[in-house]
Amino acid sequence: MKRKILEIHDLKREFKMGDEIVRALRGVSFSIEEGEFVTIMGSSGSGKTTLLNVIGCLDKPTEGVYLLDGVNVKQLSRNQLAKLRNKKIGFVFQSYNLLARTSALENTELPLLYNASISSKERHDKALMALEAVKLSDRLHHLPNQLSGGQQQRVAIARALVNDPVMILADEATGNLDTRTSYEIMSLLQELNQHGKTIVFVTHEPDIAAFSSRTVTLKDGRVIKDIKNENVKSAKKALAALPVSDDY
Amino acid sequence: MIIKFFKMNFFNLIRLAWRALIRNKVRALLTMLGIIIGVASVITMVAIGQGSKQSIRDQLSSMGSNMVTVRPYSNQTVGGGAMLGPSGLQTLKITDIEAIKKSSPHVTAVSPVVSSSGQSINASKNWPVSIQGVYPDYFSIREWKLKEGILFTDKDVKTSSKVCLLGQTVVENLFTNGENPIGKVIRFNNIPIKVIGILEEKGESTFGQDQDNIIIAPFSTVQRRVLSIDYVQNIYASAIDENSSEKATNEITAALRKAHKLQNSEEDDFTVRTQAELISAISSTSELLTVLLAAIAGISLVVGGIGIMNIMYVSVTERTKEIGLRMSVGARGLDILMQFLVEAIMISITGGAIGVLLGITSSKLVTVFLSWPTLVSEPSIILAFAVCAFTGVFFGYYPAQKASRLDPIEALRYE
Repeated sequence: MKRKILEIHDLKREFKMGDEIVRALRGVSFSIEEGEFVTIMGSSGSGKTTLLNVIGCLDKPTEGVYLLDGVNVKQLSRNQLAKLRNKKIGFVFQSYNLLARTSALENTELPLLYNASISSKERHDKALMALEAVKLSDRLHHLPNQLSGGQQQRVAIARALVNDPVMILADEATGNLDTRTSYEIMSLLQELNQHGKTIVFVTHEPDIAAFSSRTVTLKDGRVIKDIKNENVKSAKKALAALPVSDDY
Repeated sequence: MIIKFFKMNFFNLIRLAWRALIRNKVRALLTMLGIIIGVASVITMVAIGQGSKQSIRDQLSSMGSNMVTVRPYSNQTVGGGAMLGPSGLQTLKITDIEAIKKSSPHVTAVSPVVSSSGQSINASKNWPVSIQGVYPDYFSIREWKLKEGILFTDKDVKTSSKVCLLGQTVVENLFTNGENPIGKVIRFNNIPIKVIGILEEKGESTFGQDQDNIIIAPFSTVQRRVLSIDYVQNIYASAIDENSSEKATNEITAALRKAHKLQNSEEDDFTVRTQAELISAISSTSELLTVLLAAIAGISLVVGGIGIMNIMYVSVTERTKEIGLRMSVGARGLDILMQFLVEAIMISITGGAIGVLLGITSSKLVTVFLSWPTLVSEPSIILAFAVCAFTGVFFGYYPAQKASRLDPIEALRYE
């Protein structure tokens, strides 16, 4: 049996809004194995952002169990959560969230700055490798405003890869990109997945979900569908099939 | 934990903070301005205070730092209740000089002083001047040297020779056409006196008196021929060194009490003053001035600190999203706290360094353009620098703490 990266049992998350209690997650259970490419789908209000925050160790569940790579998140302190994020999770955000006026290389190095055991030499080397993996070796010293949206997102993916996390957690990572660039990013993620990276991709676009090996659908704080995708679409082929636009 | 934290991150923190400042050059400079002005003014103010203190000290020491003076003193009143001033008292006698010489091992030289003022005349020139009658020892007590000619001797004192030494001002006013005064006979209050030497220039005294407008003659010459008195107005003595001046004072007091046959219940009929006392009395006044100036300047340093705090709050708000991102990739609260704290400290320390340079420069300018004496003291630099580093920590801490306590989810979503 493959290693379980993520195990969630009857996860609940409630918020107090004044006198009212908002139940964003009402008992979610699923687990993700190493090497899976899972999309989490759901319309707004379905609780997918809350679930993403919990999975990303930015938030803790009110009830239920969340094991990330065997670690029970619920018992951890703020600092321990930070350490866990640093070691085990690579975030990719919708709006890239690169540091302005900071080169691609240094943006990529960022997570390693918060890891005590890594020397500056190692940091540099690992960042180079990560940027190579996203095919940006020729843009090392470019600043974010000198890069296109797709390139910026690739820097963000490199940043997510640099600490060799057990899971890449993408939040609407193609939401700001046009179709072609989205496909490029998906193609890159598929490639990383083929090399064994576990990827969790939160999105509301069914189009994107077709590229993943499994789709978990949320509605009103519950999992309503959890299906394996037997027929994974290749983003590379989809990209090739796109009509060549005159815009380019 | 803190030590481990520093080991790996200190260099990065410095680099990070430096880059944040470079990114907002103008803003950083404006923020620093408060600190720059604060530090520069502390250093300049203290330099002015210290400088004036030092120059007073120098002037007083030029009068002879181990000098001890004795003046007559009495709280007796003459008829009608009017108190007598020291010059009207006749309690000091020439025999007191011998008494002091005999029983005061810490006193190296003693001289009586009598003085008068009047008009000096050389041919068609005349000039108002004061004349002093002293022993030859007087010159070593006052550390006063001859520029030209010779000193009078003990023999001149015994014989009341009509010889004298001229101060520089007198020379300038009586011998206007550059002739050599030595060997000439001038008249003081119609007494002819031969000039045998010229004194070195001593400049103004601490109290603005021209010390060079003087004629110095043998004690007995002035006492008998000019003043026709039989008492001594003042006694000047010198102790072995500055530290023994207190012992010398006690010895002189004991010797004079004995010579004046004073009972235990009776008060001294004289006062003994040391130069050291005078120095410390005047120094304490200028010390107060220094403290006041420094306090005013210190306030501007606090104002500068508030400026830093203000900008750091703005900076934290502005960079909320960056903070969220850093937290999401694993920065702990402490990491964020240190990032902003180091930035605040860097603003204050850079400002402090510029302020130190500016303070030293402006102290020099004050000396050059206003000709006020200034003395940039190392402790004032260290103090100003330490205070501004502390200011950085103190006023940077709260904004940094605010940053470190942000919720990463909220911060990431902040637009």
